[in-house]
Amino acid sequence: MAVEAVRATSDTKVAPWNDPVIRGWVFQIVVVGLVAALAWYLVSNTLENLARQKIATGFDFLGREAGFAIGDTMIAYSPADTYARAIWVGILNTLRVAVIGIILTTFLGTIIGIGRLSPNWLLARICAIYVEIFRNVPLLLWLFLIYKLVSEAFPGPRQAIRMMGDTVFLSNRGLYFPVPIAAPIHKWMGVGLIVGIVGAWALHRWATARQARTGEPFPSILAGFGIVLAAPFLVWLLGGAPSAMSWPALKGFNFEGGTVIQPEFAALLLGLVLYTSAFVAEIVRSGILALHKGQSEAAAAIGLSRGQSMRLVLLPQALRVIVPPMTSTYLNITKNSSLAIAIGYPDLVASINVTINQTGQAIENILIIMAAYLTVSLSISAFMNWYNKQIALKER
Amino acid sequence: MIKNAIAVGVAAASIAGFSGIAHAGKDLDAIKARGSLICGVGTGTAGFGLADSQGKWTGLDVDVCRAVAAAIFGDSEKVKYVPTTAQQRFTALQSGEVDMLSRTTTYTLTRDTALGFDFPGINYYDGQGFMVNKKLGVKSAKELNGATICVSPGTTTELNLADYFRANKLSFKPVVIEKADEIRAAFFSGRCDVYTTDASSLYSVRAANVPAPQKADDFIILPEIISKEPLGPVVRHGDNQLADIVRWAHFAMLEAEEYGINSKNVDQMLKSEDPVIKRILGVTPGMGKALGVDEKWVVNIVKQVGNYGESFERNVGMGSVLKIERGLNKLWTKGGLQYAPPIR
Repeated sequence: MAVEAVRATSDTKVAPWNDPVIRGWVFQIVVVGLVAALAWYLVSNTLENLARQKIATGFDFLGREAGFAIGDTMIAYSPADTYARAIWVGILNTLRVAVIGIILTTFLGTIIGIGRLSPNWLLARICAIYVEIFRNVPLLLWLFLIYKLVSEAFPGPRQAIRMMGDTVFLSNRGLYFPVPIAAPIHKWMGVGLIVGIVGAWALHRWATARQARTGEPFPSILAGFGIVLAAPFLVWLLGGAPSAMSWPALKGFNFEGGTVIQPEFAALLLGLVLYTSAFVAEIVRSGILALHKGQSEAAAAIGLSRGQSMRLVLLPQALRVIVPPMTSTYLNITKNSSLAIAIGYPDLVASINVTINQTGQAIENILIIMAAYLTVSLSISAFMNWYNKQIALKER
Repeated sequence: MIKNAIAVGVAAASIAGFSGIAHAGKDLDAIKARGSLICGVGTGTAGFGLADSQGKWTGLDVDVCRAVAAAIFGDSEKVKYVPTTAQQRFTALQSGEVDMLSRTTTYTLTRDTALGFDFPGINYYDGQGFMVNKKLGVKSAKELNGATICVSPGTTTELNLADYFRANKLSFKPVVIEKADEIRAAFFSGRCDVYTTDASSLYSVRAANVPAPQKADDFIILPEIISKEPLGPVVRHGDNQLADIVRWAHFAMLEAEEYGINSKNVDQMLKSEDPVIKRILGVTPGMGKALGVDEKWVVNIVKQVGNYGESFERNVGMGSVLKIERGLNKLWTKGGLQYAPPIR
């Protein structure tokens, strides 16, 4: 635009090297050319060096047998599977800890952030101390400490702590508990859950509309929870209520059957949640404090309880301040999960590191890991940006 | 871990950035210009490579670095040690961060070819073993079905373990932690039933790393040795002269032992009339010149580092806390596998 403006005001002919349009083009072409040349230099040099050192290149290794075992997998995996599957197992493990971590962190952080603003002196102090302790010690140290506690404090499998009538076992191998044996009805229960969520949402809309019309409140949150839980339960009953369970039992060295939360996963999740919650608490607190105190006074004046004024008046407005920094925090959880390698949780970085070591192809593997984290992070960003738009101040 | 990611990143960047390490002798020229050898060692395995409280490195693998420095510079102290984990080591060598590795690295086909390395020698013939707590009452590796096993990532051990259990139709759960200290701590705290690595390292850990109140006697090493682990120094492809020096520094220590030359008698041996000894010690010149080092190279190695037998006994044998038998690592003349081609 600036360029056009300049042209519009000067009709006189100028030499090409003084013409701002031509000059602009030349500079841009030169910059692009330099970047391209640098990229070409790096790529060709890398390939040449790899070839000279006779280091293998390309992505063929992904189809080869991985040969190493992974201790904690969400999908079936054995050492006979390929590197690609081993890396996929790692990606799923990273996603698992990130997603569960984000959800728990949001809850815990919000509670602590609000707690810190509580008029209750003791509660506010406890929350403040929590925040200062957890955010001022590096996450890695928390992970080491929690992992040591988990693996040293609990007894071996043969002396496991037995709970719930010998169905749940806690030992240094993890927390073993029974799970239902997979049945075809489980898929339909998932559908039921989705139907329940949609139903609850519809109910909430109806209740809000009715309240706006008639002023009569309706306990839509409680009722909503009821619908969400009842729908899959009904499906389960209709499906003949299959109740076969897989029970954990001590066999040889370890428990078999049931399912397990392993110490590495528990320690990583706990570390991430406790550490990041401190940051979330401060974000929530700052969001609420950013509101004029007239807001809470006005809410009190029309007779809303403290909880109602928080839920209906303060938080919705505070969210506009909270969401953007929350996005960064969620990204941090995802990326910090790579500290897993220090305590032996088999995440993406662990799979990639072993693959690099076995194949010697560092560059290809680093590209994969970058692409994977970038995809996950950009997805989180995109979702949070969308959500941010939803809650933005709507001007009517 | 972050550190690891940085190491890999630096490696990738330096592979991308610098060209022309190619010409024969270039690595050696760089070492000479620098005035010291950069040797990648382990992060601490008693007997093989461990720094004491003054930061002085000792061990069987460290002695290989010292012998190479003695051959190149005539001074075994001109070595800079860079500790590397099992996972970092290859990227560190590929990228030129270190000149050579000497840290219980198993010689395999993939590493020799696709990773772009050369293995100039085997300074310790090892095999993979299992260590368990006596309380478990296990007598054989075949009884380990369902066990939780601590193992270091990025090692042949990790792969052999998976192979062995597959071949014997047994199942196991791995616990994989990169730092050697952490994986041992996990084993001793009871997180795993079994710790597996090279048998030599198991003896080393049992002798030096068992935390109180547990004792070395609380743990047994199972009789099965499930793999061949020929351990040796590693150099990059491309500088054959450096590879030759590493190879012959190791052979020189073996030759010295075979011909009875040790750190105490090497000066008298210089007066020996035996033509073989005269050739080895450079009294009859030619060998050093052929290798591109000082004619006194073997004298320097033996005087400062010792012959192979001395190094073995001092670091891992009966003169050490490890008390490992020579076993396969006896000289060929005593029924072992350590065999050096003649220096002539």
